[in-house]
Amino acid sequence: MLTAEERQEIDEAIAMSGRNRAACIDAMMAVQAHRGWLSDETVDELAEYLRLTPAELDSVATFYNLIFRQPVGRHVILVCDSVSCWLLDYEPLLDHLKSRLGVDVGGTTADGRFTLLTSVCLGACDRAPVMMLDGALYGNLTPEKIDAILAEHE
Amino acid sequence: MDAPLTGRIRPDRVPVDLQEYERTGGYQGLRKALRIQPGEIIEMVKASNLRGRGGAGFPTGQKWSFIPTGDDAPKPKYVVANADEMEPGTFKDRVLMEGDPHGVIEGMIIASYAVGAEAAYIFLRREYGPSAAAIKKAIAEAQEAGYLGNNILGSGFSLDMHLHQSAGRYMCGEETGLINSLEGKRANPRDKPPYPALVGLWGKPTVVNNVETLANVPHIVDRGADWYRGLSRTDDGGTKLFGVSGRVKKPGIWELPMGTTLRELLEEHAGGMQDGYKFRGLLPGGASTEYLVEEHLDTPVDFDSLQQHGSRMGTGTVIVLDDKKCPVAMQLNLQHFFAQESCGWCTPCWGGLQWVEQVLRAMEAGEGRPEDIGILEMHTKRLRMGHTFCALAPGAMEPLQSALIHFRDDFEEHVREKRCRWK
Repeated sequence: MLTAEERQEIDEAIAMSGRNRAACIDAMMAVQAHRGWLSDETVDELAEYLRLTPAELDSVATFYNLIFRQPVGRHVILVCDSVSCWLLDYEPLLDHLKSRLGVDVGGTTADGRFTLLTSVCLGACDRAPVMMLDGALYGNLTPEKIDAILAEHE
Repeated sequence: MDAPLTGRIRPDRVPVDLQEYERTGGYQGLRKALRIQPGEIIEMVKASNLRGRGGAGFPTGQKWSFIPTGDDAPKPKYVVANADEMEPGTFKDRVLMEGDPHGVIEGMIIASYAVGAEAAYIFLRREYGPSAAAIKKAIAEAQEAGYLGNNILGSGFSLDMHLHQSAGRYMCGEETGLINSLEGKRANPRDKPPYPALVGLWGKPTVVNNVETLANVPHIVDRGADWYRGLSRTDDGGTKLFGVSGRVKKPGIWELPMGTTLRELLEEHAGGMQDGYKFRGLLPGGASTEYLVEEHLDTPVDFDSLQQHGSRMGTGTVIVLDDKKCPVAMQLNLQHFFAQESCGWCTPCWGGLQWVEQVLRAMEAGEGRPEDIGILEMHTKRLRMGHTFCALAPGAMEPLQSALIHFRDDFEEHVREKRCRWK
């Protein structure tokens, strides 16, 4: 069941254009912000609310990089793997993260604390290499900085 | 030097609020605009030689002039700011939205008045949280002060403005993909024609302009087309946000006259290469532009000058390749990006880019075959404009075809010696 708060956020998105369909990406991101990810049941509920078919909604959900159709950890890490960060050697840093977390890219730690993902260019190339954690940007990364950032997130 | 786009931005990058914006001449362009006919504004923007800052360089005034006007023109019409800055190596629009959000909003209001739009949307990538916060606050301030909403400043012109935060996909930067995404669909491109100026958002006439393009508009209206053209060292009007990333001493973004040379960007502004690294080449304006090398460094950067060397200005944010990184591996990084972000709509793009990525991956693993260089060259011809619905695959081929010219020896060595010597 969509909560009252979720329904209100979806209604605000619909009001932007007066169209349910146009609000579906905002609606999915709003619900994901509460639930972490979109289960099949959530997609069904949302589709019903927006009067789309679940298949229509899922075809949109699976197109976008930031809509999660699998469970994620409490914190989601996006490591930029695009060209400027590559030039500044993001690869050893990603390896460092993988070994610290004990997961590969796409994985979630056994305690449900972190999910490790890569991201296309985060648009902060003057601070490369960069990563994002729960929407906050961290630049000029080193292994020590990464360890400190991880320690701040329980 | 005049720096209209960044002149207000505070060193600490705290967004300029409405009071400060107005105190420094903000919304004067809009006040002027509302006193003259929409058609005159379009003529003024044409005369300024402002060209699209998203990379394609289409003349902005001309783009606006394609929008139907008059009583029998389709309604409503829309203006959309393309704030989906996802071109790898590009980090310029962020600076404007975070530092001076009213500049972008004022540009959108003037654009909307010029083409007769009733609603305007900012299509922002979700990863730009500080931009979203700055824009939301600025829209609320502008609404409160009567610059947005009904009967703006008593002119009879009304406009609603909305922020849409995308869920992330490079294809959303392509204007018809962006329009599909705003409609709540997959960001596949649309077949063209019809162009969005006639059939755009929800089938109505729509202007899609890049953030930096729009931020220029209030200054053009306020200070005139002659002044604006005079900011540039070449025929293209205005200043440009240039940037440099890679192994340089001081990576960053600077507002400089259009026509500043690559060498000035690299040496004066970016401080030259980091100690221990040598320059090998650069992509002048994001991932989808062609490599330039040492012999090209004294070229002015504007839309036409770089084309004489087979490249283009693109977004104006330079990516520098140094001698400690493998040019073939750089292609693998770029082509992986393009293959991943292809929307899958047309076969040459999704199939071709995956093939290119696999060939490059094999070369890097020491499994390249002599015929592989020819396979890459074939793709650079078959994925050109006209073979695909949009510019994603043709853009992907720009760095590849120029890498095969400027770094040919490196590709041949990978195949001949069956290894990458940077590994």
